Amino acid sequence: MTLPLQDPQLAAEAEGQPSTRAGFFRTVLRERKAAVVGLSIIGFFVVLSIIAPYISPYSITEQTCAVYAPPSSAHWLGCDDGGIDMLSQLMQGGRISLVVGFAATLVAMIIGGGVGLLSGYFGRATDVVLMRITDYLLVIPDLVLMIVIADVWGASLFHVIIVIGILEWTSTARIIRAQVMSVRERVYVKRTRALGAGNTRIIFKHILPQVGPLLIANTVLTIAIAIYLETALAFLGLADPTVTSWGTILEHAFERTAISSGAWWAIVPVGLVIAAVIVGCFLFGQAVEDALNPRLKVANLSVRRWRLRPLVGRGPDAL
Amino acid sequence: MRSADYVLKRGFFALVTVFVAITINFFLFRVLPGSAVSDLSRVPKASPQLKHALTVEFGLDKPKWQQYLIYLRELFHGNMGISFANQQPVSHLLIADLKNTIPMVTVGTVAAIVVGMVTGILSAWRRGSAADHVSTNGAILFYAFPTQWLGLMLLIIFAGTLPAGGMENPFLFSAEPFWQHLGDIAQHMVLPAATLLLTAYGSYTLVVRSSMLETLGEDYVLTARAKGLPDRRVVRRHAFRNAMLPMVTLVALDLGYIVGGAVLIEVIFSWPGIGLAMYDAIQQRDYPMLQGGFLILTVAVIFLNFAADLFYFRLDPRISQ
Repeated sequence: MTLPLQDPQLAAEAEGQPSTRAGFFRTVLRERKAAVVGLSIIGFFVVLSIIAPYISPYSITEQTCAVYAPPSSAHWLGCDDGGIDMLSQLMQGGRISLVVGFAATLVAMIIGGGVGLLSGYFGRATDVVLMRITDYLLVIPDLVLMIVIADVWGASLFHVIIVIGILEWTSTARIIRAQVMSVRERVYVKRTRALGAGNTRIIFKHILPQVGPLLIANTVLTIAIAIYLETALAFLGLADPTVTSWGTILEHAFERTAISSGAWWAIVPVGLVIAAVIVGCFLFGQAVEDALNPRLKVANLSVRRWRLRPLVGRGPDAL
Repeated sequence: MRSADYVLKRGFFALVTVFVAITINFFLFRVLPGSAVSDLSRVPKASPQLKHALTVEFGLDKPKWQQYLIYLRELFHGNMGISFANQQPVSHLLIADLKNTIPMVTVGTVAAIVVGMVTGILSAWRRGSAADHVSTNGAILFYAFPTQWLGLMLLIIFAGTLPAGGMENPFLFSAEPFWQHLGDIAQHMVLPAATLLLTAYGSYTLVVRSSMLETLGEDYVLTARAKGLPDRRVVRRHAFRNAMLPMVTLVALDLGYIVGGAVLIEVIFSWPGIGLAMYDAIQQRDYPMLQGGFLILTVAVIFLNFAADLFYFRLDPRISQ
């Protein structure tokens, strides 16, 4: 009879991989400064958009100062073409942008995660069919297709969410599929199956927890893309014109002569906050992904300094 | 033999993808509510007879599959319909626009690839140095800035010094020598191409950097070092060549993103290309133009992807195994 720890794969799992997901994220946050910075930025904007209606200084529907009034002590970021306070718009617009980003990502993750799981787990015909569809969608330029769908369907918040969600799942599906294919072959999954576990049980109890961190890393990275796409669609006039979001703020500034009026305050701050959120998502998602991918750690070798960095998360005789 | 197989397989995939795009293009405009008739017959006192006449004229009384076959047949004859907005054939209008889009996008993309490679290699080479931090953080930042915002920033900064919109100075007479026109277009191209460069180069830097780092850890680089080759030579002859493989894949995958960015850029700088044509089509509800623009951009991306596949195969014939 073989002891479980004599199995090299199991031994590696036992020593290298943390047992719970919470433990894994704690390790990532402790070891990687970028993850902490990223998560703080995301947290800051989430909290801000929740409390925005209560703390924003002015209404975003009523005129409170002159047209394109420059920044002053009363209006820190000046006003737009309708005399509406920019800072208040920025705070409450973030609410919509984040909602679109999170909701579209949820749609994308359900489709992408589902396709990746099914494709990787069942293989064969399921895999071939699902991956063909993924490949086709991967090649078709997504923003262009989004423009067409959003225009034909009509401009609304819900439509923008769905349009981004149904087109941004492809890379997630591919990444999850690859991971599921390797988890599926691990010994403990085979043993569980030998003990009589059904597909549903194996997928939900044994495979999903293993791909969980990767899925979360991808979710965060997709949020960044979704927010970016929302601003792009809004800029082309395809978002709900009655709702203020970061995308529509930029659109209004462009359409309503902010540049020729010299009103940089209607343009500069909104780009900075969009970039801040995207950088936050990128830093956190990338840090989690790097922590999951031991291959990248092997390469911590620089020609100039010429020394090997210690390897983490691998067997004692690696490299 | 094997290489012929590979080319055939990828070529077949590209053709099927074009077909998928055409099919999406056809059904998208039919499953969603509303049709050309309900739009055109929105005149006061539109009679049912007028509606019926329009339906028959557009062939909308025929079953869907028959409409689809007609659509395919016409498309293969180069007929993409008539623009609602100015009653001219869509294909003529869009091909003229495509001729304006290609130079701007090519210049911007090539510049982005060059800047991305140089900064990425420097970053990996001088890993951990101040230069590495600047180039990596800069790449992340520019990757994060929305394309349209970068364009607007360049407009704010350079309005006055460089032409801010359009492709040519309309007051330059056609009798002026050729090179003067060329210089004029080049001047107009600076800002749009620079926006494309800034928005696209960040991801190249990051990928080149990580791929270079990975290559620098390989055994053959260690061997090259051990032979006593100078750093510069190790990086250029041994590490660089292999590190460039992922770059080809990335550029191919990025094409869709670049084309999307080009639409935004053309809108900002009024560059008379396909992106601006699609934007105008959105404003004027000009569906045939929108459909045509989508199809041309998609087919272009698919074929460039195919070209990238073949190029990758030239560089690394192992992939067919």
